Formats: sequence, C-alpha cells, structure tokens
Amino acid sequence: MATSGPAAASEPVGGAEHSSAGADYVPAGHDFRSVTETVSDLVLTRPTGPAWLGMFGFSHVLLLVFLVVVAYLLFRGVGIWGIDIPVAWCFAITSFVWWIGIGHAGTLISAFLLLMHQKWRTSINRIAEAMTIFAVMCAGLFPLLHLGRPWFFYWLLPYPNTMSLWPQFRSALVWDVFAVSTYFTVSLLFWYMGMIPDLATLRDRATNRLTQMVYGMLALGWRNSARHWHRFEMAYLLLGGLATPLVISVHSVVSSDFAISLMPAWHETVFPPYFVAGAIFSGFAMVILLCIPVRHFYHLKEFITIDHLDVMAKLLLTTSFLTSYGYLSEQFLSWYAGETVEHYTYWNRLTGFGQYATITWILFTCNSIVPQILWIRRLRRKEVVLFVVSLLVLTGMWLERYMIITTSLHRDYLPSAWGMFAPTIWDILTYLGSLGVFLAAFLLFARFLPILSMSETRALLPGAHGPEVGR
Amino acid sequence: MNNRKDLDAKLSAIEGRLGSAQGKRYWRSLEELAESEAFQELLRGEFPQQADVWPDSLSRRKFLTLMGASLALAGLGGCGVQPAPSRELVPYVDSPEEVVPGRPLFFATTMTHAGAGVGLLVESHMGRPTKVEGNPDHPGSRGATDLYHQASVLTLYDPDRAQTVTCAGQTRTWGEFLAAIRAALRKQRDRRGAGLRLLTETVVSPTLVRQIEDLLQDLPEAQWHVWEPLHRDAAWGAAQTAFGEPVQAVYDFTKADVVLSWDADFLQCGPGNLPYAADFMARRRVRTTVPDAAGAAMNRLYVAETAVTCTGAKADHRLPLWGSQIEVFARGVARRLGIAAAGEAPALWQEKWIAAVAKDLDAHRGRSLILAGDRQPAVVHLLAHALNDRLGNVGHTVNYIAPIDARPGQRTQSLRDLDREMEQGRVEMLVILGGNPVYTAPADVDFVGHLQKVPLRVHHSLVADETSYRCHWHLPEAHYLEAWSDARAYDGTASIVQPLIEPLYQARSAHEVLALLAGLQETPGRQIVREYWRKRAAARREEADFEPFWHTALHNGVIPDTAFKPKPVKLTEGWEKHLSPGAPAPLAARHAPPDDEMEIEFLADPTIYDGSFANNGWLQELPKPLTKLAWGNAALMSPTTAKLLGVELGRYAHGGEHGGYFMPVVELLLDGRSLPAPAWIMPGHADRTISVYLGHGRERAGRVGGSPQQSVGFNAYRLRTADHPWLAVGLKVRRTDGTELVACTQEHQLMENRDPVRAATLAEYHDRPRFASEPEREKQREEGHAGGEAVTLYKPFDYAPPKHKWGMLIDLTACLGCQACVVACQAENNIPVVGKEQVAAGREMHWLRIDRYIAGTEDDPREFHFQPVPCMHCENAPCEYVCPVAATVHSAEGLNDQIYQRCVGTRFCSNNCPYKVRRFNFFAYADFTTPSRRLQYNPDVTVRSRGVMEKCTYCVQRIRHAEIDAEKEGRPIADGEVLTACQAVCPTQAIVFGDINDPQSKVKQGTDSPLHYALLADLNTQPRTTYLAALRNPNPEIEVP
Repeated sequence: MATSGPAAASEPVGGAEHSSAGADYVPAGHDFRSVTETVSDLVLTRPTGPAWLGMFGFSHVLLLVFLVVVAYLLFRGVGIWGIDIPVAWCFAITSFVWWIGIGHAGTLISAFLLLMHQKWRTSINRIAEAMTIFAVMCAGLFPLLHLGRPWFFYWLLPYPNTMSLWPQFRSALVWDVFAVSTYFTVSLLFWYMGMIPDLATLRDRATNRLTQMVYGMLALGWRNSARHWHRFEMAYLLLGGLATPLVISVHSVVSSDFAISLMPAWHETVFPPYFVAGAIFSGFAMVILLCIPVRHFYHLKEFITIDHLDVMAKLLLTTSFLTSYGYLSEQFLSWYAGETVEHYTYWNRLTGFGQYATITWILFTCNSIVPQILWIRRLRRKEVVLFVVSLLVLTGMWLERYMIITTSLHRDYLPSAWGMFAPTIWDILTYLGSLGVFLAAFLLFARFLPILSMSETRALLPGAHGPEVGR
Repeated sequence: MNNRKDLDAKLSAIEGRLGSAQGKRYWRSLEELAESEAFQELLRGEFPQQADVWPDSLSRRKFLTLMGASLALAGLGGCGVQPAPSRELVPYVDSPEEVVPGRPLFFATTMTHAGAGVGLLVESHMGRPTKVEGNPDHPGSRGATDLYHQASVLTLYDPDRAQTVTCAGQTRTWGEFLAAIRAALRKQRDRRGAGLRLLTETVVSPTLVRQIEDLLQDLPEAQWHVWEPLHRDAAWGAAQTAFGEPVQAVYDFTKADVVLSWDADFLQCGPGNLPYAADFMARRRVRTTVPDAAGAAMNRLYVAETAVTCTGAKADHRLPLWGSQIEVFARGVARRLGIAAAGEAPALWQEKWIAAVAKDLDAHRGRSLILAGDRQPAVVHLLAHALNDRLGNVGHTVNYIAPIDARPGQRTQSLRDLDREMEQGRVEMLVILGGNPVYTAPADVDFVGHLQKVPLRVHHSLVADETSYRCHWHLPEAHYLEAWSDARAYDGTASIVQPLIEPLYQARSAHEVLALLAGLQETPGRQIVREYWRKRAAARREEADFEPFWHTALHNGVIPDTAFKPKPVKLTEGWEKHLSPGAPAPLAARHAPPDDEMEIEFLADPTIYDGSFANNGWLQELPKPLTKLAWGNAALMSPTTAKLLGVELGRYAHGGEHGGYFMPVVELLLDGRSLPAPAWIMPGHADRTISVYLGHGRERAGRVGGSPQQSVGFNAYRLRTADHPWLAVGLKVRRTDGTELVACTQEHQLMENRDPVRAATLAEYHDRPRFASEPEREKQREEGHAGGEAVTLYKPFDYAPPKHKWGMLIDLTACLGCQACVVACQAENNIPVVGKEQVAAGREMHWLRIDRYIAGTEDDPREFHFQPVPCMHCENAPCEYVCPVAATVHSAEGLNDQIYQRCVGTRFCSNNCPYKVRRFNFFAYADFTTPSRRLQYNPDVTVRSRGVMEKCTYCVQRIRHAEIDAEKEGRPIADGEVLTACQAVCPTQAIVFGDINDPQSKVKQGTDSPLHYALLADLNTQPRTTYLAALRNPNPEIEVP
C-alpha cells in the first residue's frame, strides 16, 4: 500500500515485483497535475525520438510493401495468392478473422470492463481501443482484397440501386458487412468520445497555434463544465453499453462465416463461443504486446503497472483455457458423433503430417501449453515472459485460423476433390503489409493522440470526487 | 440516299476537315462543321425534312446527338486516331438461305481420325463452325463423338496453323510453288516418275485413293509409301497369314455375351470405337424394376493388358500382365480351347484365369468374341482369328470385310523402303501429304539423315512442324472443316466431307495438292470430289440421279448402301505353322524378367493420340482418363515397380492431390538410347514394366504443344524402334536425382469409406436390387421419417407440370471414362485453357470432371470406377445461401443459375460446395485477344472475365433455345429435344438429361430404377444430378461374388 502524499511516493523500478498501486490501481506518486503533465507532454513537448522514427520507418516499409502488393493484386488478380480449388480461401480470410479477433480485447477492456466497474482498465483502455480501431481497419481490408472483382464490393451493401437488388441476407458474408461496419463505427465513436476531454486538455496545453487549432477542432468545444461532464458520462455509458454486446456478437458473426457452411469441422455450433474466446485471447495478447514497449518507451510504468499486466495475463490464461476447451470438445464430439467425414477431418488435423498436422500441433503448443506458464506468479509479472508468451499466442491464434480453413477445405467429402494449399510470396507479403498498416497507424496514434485516458486516470486519484470511476 | 457517290465525296471532304482530331476536339470540330455552309447544304440535300430544323442552335445540338451515330456508321468513326476509312456497308440483299442471326445451322461432314471416318453434324454460327456433334445416321458415330472430334474445331482456329506456302521459312504463293516444281515434275514425267515418292498416312478417302492411283498410273515408276506411327502392321500381317488376304474385322457387340480382349482398347480407341462402345454397353446396361431384378443379365468382359486403359477399367476381370506375357496368356487360352499348336503356358501360371476364361468362352460359342490389340504381335492376332473361328463367332459377333484402308499392309516396311531409297539417292522428289515422319519415325531409322539427300522435299500439313522444317516447301493444309473430301467409316460406309467455312488462310486440301502435282492445274476440291462420285454413279448407270444423290449425301452425311459386305473367309491351310511352335520367347516364360531389366510398352496417348494434337490446348489440358495427368506424359509403373526403383510421390506442387507433384526423374535406357522421364505410379499397372505415352516432347508444335525452348513432356519416339514399335524388352531404368513437375488433377484414388461410387456385382443385384440407396433408407428408418420426404424448414418449391423440372441421370456402369463429354462441355461453354502451371496449382476450369476411383488398395486394385461429376443443381443448394450478392440463384425450373455479371468473387460458394464442382477465374484465363480463337466461341454463352465463378449450367442456353422454339410453335418440349453437350456426345448414353415431370422421359424412367442414388445424399442437398450404381458381372470361378 503506497504511502499517501505525492512527495513521499517512490517511483517503482521497472519490472518491480511489488505493487505500489494497490488494489485500487492508483498510479503511485502522482497527483492531478502530474498525470496531466506526463501524458500530454508525450504529445506536445517530448521530441520525437529516434526510437519512434526508427519504428515508424520500419512500419512504413511494410506499408509500402502492402501498397505494392495491393497494386499487383488489383492488376493481375487474386490468383497471385496460393488459393485454388478446393482451398479457395486462406491467408486473406485467416488474417481477416485474426485481426477482427484482436480487436475484441479492446472493446472488452473499454466497454465491458466499464460496465463491470473495473478500475484497472483506465490506463490501458485508450491503447486497447486504438488497437481495436486499427485492427478492424486492417481486418476490413482483407474481405475487400480477396474479392475476385473488388471494384464491386459495394454490392454487399444495401444501397438503393437501379437493379432493385438487395444483398443476399442469408449469407454470413453480408452479416459480416453489418457486423464489422457496426463494430468499426461504434468503436470509433466510443474511442473518440472518450478522448474528447483529453483532447481538450491538449488544446489547453498546446504550445503553438497550429496544435491548438487542431486539437481544438477535435475537442469539439469541450469546456469542462459540469453539464458537459454530465452529458459525457451518460453518453460514455450508453456507448459502452452499445459496444459491450459487440464483444460477443461481432466475432460470433464472423465465426458464422464458417459455422453456416456444411464443410466438415466448419459446421459446428461451438464456433461462436469458441471464436469469441479465441478473439479475446489473441486480443489480450496483442494488448500486452503493445503495452510493454509503450510503458517502457513512454515511461508510463506507474500507470501501466505490473499489476495491470498481471491481470491481463490472468485473463490470457483464462481465455487460453476456454480455447483449449474448444479444441478438446471439438475433437471429442467428432469422435463421439461418429460421422465419417467430420471425424476424418479432425483426425487428419492431428495425424496428417504430410498435410497440416505440424501446424496443428504448433498451434496447440502456442495456445494451450505455452500460456500455462502464467500460473507462476513470478513469471507472470516478468515483462520478457509476457512479451514472448503474447507473441507465441498471436502466432498460435493465426495458425489456428489457418488450420481451421485449410484442414476443412483441402480434404472434404469427395476424395477426388482433395487438394492442398501452399502460400505464395504474395500471400505472406499481404499479411506482413497489413502488419505495417497497423503499426504505422498505432505509432501515429502514440505520437499525436493522448495515449492514456487522463480524465479517467485522474478520477482514480484520491481526492477525485463525483461519480465513481468506471460509471 | 439517292446519290451515293455524291454523299461519299462530301463525306470524304468532311473527313478531311475533321482531320485527326480526337475526343473533345473531334466533337468540337464536328460542331464547327455543323455550322458550316457546306455541311448544312449537304444535310439539306440528304435529309430534306430534318434540314428544316437547322436554323435553331438548340435543335442543332439535338441533331448532332441524333445523327452522331449515323455519321459514325457512315464512316466518320469518332473513336479512332484517324477517322475510319469510308467503306460501303452492304447488308444482305439476298441473305444466305436459312441464316437467321442467333440461330445456328448444322451441316453434316465427316472427320477422319485413326484410320476411319466418323460422320459429324457441325454447328455453325453465322458461317463459323463452333461445335461438333455426332451424326446419328452415320454408323461410325450413331450420334456420339470422340474427344478428338470435339477438339478438332479448336484446331481449325489454331493460331499456329500455317497460313501461307513457305519455302525455307520464306513466304511464297501457290503460284510460286507451282512454278518452282514445274521443272522437277516435267523431269519426273519424262522418267515415268522414277524419282518421285509420295508419303502419306492411312488413306480412307475414296477420292484421294483414286487420285493417287491415277497419278501412279500416269507415272508407273513412282512409289506411294504409307507411314503412320500408330500402325496396325501386326494385325494386317496376321490377317494375311490367317486368311490369305488382308481383311478387317468388324464386331457386333450386341450379340456377344462374353468378350475377351488381349490388350485391345476397343471401347476407347480404334476404328469403330463409338458404335462398339454403344453396343457393348447396350448389353451391359441393367434397367429392370425391382420385381424383375432377379432376371437381369449382363455381358462379361475379360481384359489382359499392361497399363490400365478405359476398356480394362470397365472389365469384369482384368489381368495385368506385361506385354510379352499377354502372348503367353493367349496361347494358354487357345490351347485350352483346342488349338494344340499354341503351345503350353508355363505350368500353374495364371491357371485359374486361363481355365475360367476358356470355359466361359466355350459355354458361349457363337456368342463370344476375342479381340487382339494393335500393340500385340501377329501371333496373338492369329490366335484371336483362329479362336473366333473355332468358337463359331464368325458371322455372328465378328465379320470380316475388305479393308477400308486403301493400302493395308506393313507401314514399317514401307517406311524402311523409302528410307533405303533415300539413302541410295534414288529419290529426287518427295511429297509428304500429312503426317509428321521426322517426329514419328522409328529411332533406328535415320529418316532425317537420309531425308537430307532428297533434292526436293515438299510437306503438306496443318502446322509447320518438325517435318516441315526439314523440307524445302511447306504447303498449308486445309482443315477438314474447310475442305471438300470424303471418307470411309469403320464398316466401309462412305460419306462426303463438306466444308463449313471458306479456308481461313491460303490452305488447300490434299486433293487439290495432288491435282496440282498430277496436272499442274489448280482444281477446286469440290470439283475433284464430285468428279469421283459422278464417275462412280456413271459406272452404275445412275448418272441422271447424281445431283439429287449429291444433295442427299451432303444433307444426310451418309452415302447409303456403301457399307462393305462381310466377306466369307476361311483359315488358310497350315496357318498353325505361324504359331512358331516351341517355347515362346524365353523372357515371357519366366515369371519375371531378369532383375535389372524391365519391359517397356509404347502406347498412344489417350488425349494427344500420336502427337498430332499436341498443339490443341483442350486436349493437352484434358486429364488422361486413368492417370489424370495433364500437360505431359510420364513413365507409368506399378506401385511395386516404384518401390523397386525407389520412386515415391514427390513434393506437392501448389495444388497437391488436385494439382501436381514434383516427381523423380528416371532414366530409361534401351538399346543404347536413353531418355529421361518423370515417373508416375499407376495402381493396376503390371509389375516390372513401364508404359510411356507417345506424342509428347515435340519441338515444333506451336505455342501450346512445344517449341525448341520448351516442350511438353518427353519424346517417347526416341526409344521406339522399327522392329519393336510397341513392346521392347531389355529396358533398364535408373532413378536420377532430378525432379520434374507432373500436373495431375486427381491423384487420390481411394474412396476412403465414403462410397461416392456405389457398385455391386450382378449377383448382389439379383439379391438386393436396391443396394445403392440402402444407406439413405437406413438413415431414414433411424430418423423415423418416410422415404422421399425432404428435410427442410422451407416450403418446397412447386415444380408441378406444365413447368419443367430438369434433371440429369448418369449411369456409372456405362461411363467409359473417355472424357469426350469434358471436351464437349469445354467447346460448348467457352471454357478457357489455363496451362500447366495453373493446372498444377489446382485451377483447371473444366466444369465437368470424370472422377476415377479404385476399389481395393493401391497395390492391388480390384475395380476401377469412373464417375462424371457435373454440377448437381441441388434443390437445397449449399452455394446459394452463402453468396452475399445473390449471384447464384435457383431458377423456377430447378436449375442452379450462376449470374456472371453479379459475381464479385468471394468464393464462398465454391468452399461450401461439397462436390467441388465450381470453378473460379483466378486470373483472366479467357482468351479475348487471339483473333482466330474468338471465332470458335459459342455466341450463346458468356465468356467469363477475371474474378468470376462459373460452373455447369445444364447447358441452359440449349434449354432456352428449345423452350423458345416450343413456345413459338405452341407445343411441349419432347424428351430428347434438349441434349446437353455432355449427353449428346457420350457414345454409351451414360448421361441422360430431361424433364423429370415428364413420366415418359428417359431421365424419369431411369430415376425409377432400383440402382438410383444421389451423391452425398446425407448432406440433404437434394441434388438433381443423380446416379445409377455400377454393376459388374464377375465370373464366380475367378472371383467369389
């Protein structure tokens, strides 16, 4: 328990095993002013260091790679990837599902935990929500790019047209359109709205006219009045309420891309919860992965404390269990049901080492076995361990989507149609390029927007009055 | 327009004014033009009424808008760099008879292939042949066609066809050719043709024969040589030995209860394969109801062969033997049936088989048939003739006719003679009509070397190929679809070959070339052919009726009463001596060749034939029936042989089992010649022997078939010698470290407990006729609902009559796996060719595929099955509900329609199709640019662009045609009026399409058969394409049923 008073607070050392924030996750050694200063100085006064420039340059390279790939793809056609008949989807849809899944942790932290009154969300919710926005953006690229004729993508939207045609509403791909666009819209609104008080802070502390004008416009005339706060809290809660079901629904809808199909091992009712669990799992891994360098490079160790990482690690472990339960139940039920083709598909996943069994076992290791290390408290609070575990989890989750797609498609009902999928360089570059898009966007966010929620963090400090944090 | 010339002059003046303006400038100058006095005067002159509106500027714009189009039509083209040159547009004043734009016409013609003519009806759209169908009145076709006939229309439009006469690569004209050979011909005439040699392939055209004979009569010292790689030397030799004269066998499978084939692929290739397949399957098709099931009967087929062929796959019993062992087997059977001179088979070797087969044949005297394949030595043929005679089959199941081949005999000897004469320098002028002897000549005949000694070499062929490059003059040959000729069918029936289009290039037919040689006169082919038939009519005193005869012959595609009558033949005295009594070749007597040696067998390629179709993209891409290899050949071997050599399936190419492999390359060493070839494992192949397909590895076939830089497959002719053209011993095989990409569209042959093909023996059918639908009925019993009820939450659509309810039925007993239907579908529906790399990436575009499965294990396959899989047109289609843009919908007649314009290419439909019948244009595969290729496209079918999904449509364009006609005429559509492309060409009528609502339709009656079942019915897709299970009729003494 920290001693009270800003002067006596001791700065916790990086990687310390002791919590100085206590059960309230109050940033140690900070008061209202220092919270504001720490975060806004990152944007307004801190010079852009070589680290940021280096990372941004790197992400820019990937972004350029992405642009080249997209240009070539549009020019030549979707055949530059390794897809074929029978495996007509692969990397693009894998990446799509993976990115959308990652976004779910952001919404869970912002909205879900908001409704649950969890205080530890305040220092990470901005990062997490930003991660969601960018992840959904990256995800949204893939359904566009994987179309054979992407210039007609708008036919999936219900717009008034001369053909008097609606999209075909029984198709899960149309549901995807609604789910992903709703998710993006709501997340963007929620994130932006939550940032308004902080943008106003930046406006008020701006060092030059241009900055003041830009943040001023973004702050939409926030005056910190009681009436503004009242409306803000109400709207924030409402949006939080709107966003919360999205945590469950969006990935359920995305999973129905597979679940409504009759392909063996796709036609599973377990998919919606299984995918949602996996989404939160990979999302938390990404949040941890992002938080660790952020807290280092931006010196935010008192805000994003080891306790925060600890809690997220516990959630990671929980969702790992849920995902593992999904694996086990699938395997068991395929055996128990005794349906020839479905059972063969699941069995071939495990034993078909000439096909995709190696991938399956790698992902089982990454998703189910590796996170078990998080039982150990000491390791759970070590950043290096968390970083590596998160990377492996993200890899494992990507491989899981890949495995789900390829193993069902490449060997389905008729043995005469059995085939294989192998990626081409363009598949890989498209995926890497999307990482570049994400990273570039995130780095821009870190540079130009308040990386922590100042208003919510201030509300944690002793002496903050008004409605309790999180309400 | 009364003053056309006037207008032209004025328009030219206007064009001059417009200059080379483009776009906005062009239209602006048009505007300025419109304001000018001259133009207004022109218009007043031409359009007096409209000219009145001129003074008003508003109406001037309106005028421009309205007249813009006509101006463009009149020759002032607005979009080009230069205004288009003014041309006279002349519509049909007297349009050609019966030509209605949008309605095709059918013309009867004949295609000669593999030494026999097959009558065809060719569909012509606006004067261009686009699709080939069979001629139901022609005995060689009976309405069906072969894959070669289907693909022939693409060869007509082959962009690599020779377009002009060339001499040493330089373009020349026919006149120049004539001038050049004039002196040589005159010299030959003086010498009575002593230095002139003519080399052709088998000629079955009566007119051409007469022309050649006339030429030889004129120049008695000249020689006519005949060479083709897929010759029948052994058969002719045996006929000569057996009967003292070259006679040809014609079979009647309708009368045969038991058929024994010694390496004869009579269902798939050879003269008469189409009627033979039809007749054979007519005796095999089981169409009884459940009460009558116990009395169902089928014929029985035994096949002894090396590599697996379509005939072998349909056999009730198939014995894999290597080539020389087939002779031993034949002798064993013959001995059993009483021909002592045949010699003994080694004791206990294939004892069960020989005994059972002989007993079965004996029990069906007069109703059995023994055939020997063209690859077998003369001895085997001789035994076949003798046995047929002894069993009383002659006059019933087999008849002998005079050869349709004008010059039957030993091709190899003929080529050797020519070669010797060339070597000795006695050949001064060599004219090669058709064929490609430089490519196909035996490896031990130095044809190329000796060819160089001939001072004047002329080659007449479709494409400038390997032979053309070694000759001085190359003359472009007219394709049969653009030339006049005639041909004889397998039974002698004559028919006229009439062209459907003027020659696309400066090509001439063989008749015209021979006429040039004979008289130095340019005579049109039509005249030559008519002349022949007129003379024949005159000889029969029917000259007065010649014109009606000619028109009827052209219309029907058959000349009646020209079939050869069966000849009475008798085995010659002492024929047994030719069985060379004593031990057969020492190799065959053993049960295995020496450890380090194998045999090699040379086979005609099932899709490229002898190499002449190498530049045909459809045939190169068509997977071979049993191996499903495309774009190349391989050294085929059994799994045991592969293990012996250390050959395994290599690394996957992109598509995996539906794509290709990087197979290890083996080196084939024979007689000091070596040939590297990728290996391929063929379950069912005989052990310790390798089969190779001829026709690949060409160096000058064209952009598809091979160039010196890149050829398709390896050239097996390089190992093939004159003495051992089909079978050679002493082959050494060595595995190398290299690998080569082998494209294969279906490597996986096992059915993996899913039984897509349901098969049983005839005995099982007698006991349980409804075995095929048993799994579904059992499931229904378990789930407690009555049979036939659809399990669906939706209200079933009402297809009640008079609406049509289209459906298709495929008889798995009858399907040969020949794949003529696949090429027909490709021709009818403008399906693109994607090339080897894309096939290896799993992206071939065939809408219809023939799946090939084996029952048993790969080391010991017991049965082979073929299953054509078109789109199932499911009532409860998995593809329909997943398409986000409703690009695939269900029509009111039960078809699953694919709307190309709406498809955005998400490919969910393909993923959700459990049959995987959908094909996607991953790239822009369709050829929009090659001008001649576009001529073949069926104008009734969209040519799809990149990013669009496509699949079998039940030939909806044909359905619509029939419906429109029926509606116009106010009558219902008759059964058989709509024939899908695949149905139309199938020789065994394995595919039946029709209206299920019509109780009399074949498809409805077929679906009532107890053999009826649906593929993957337990998925509740309710497919409209259903199957009749396959039945076999095994001999209980060989196999317990």
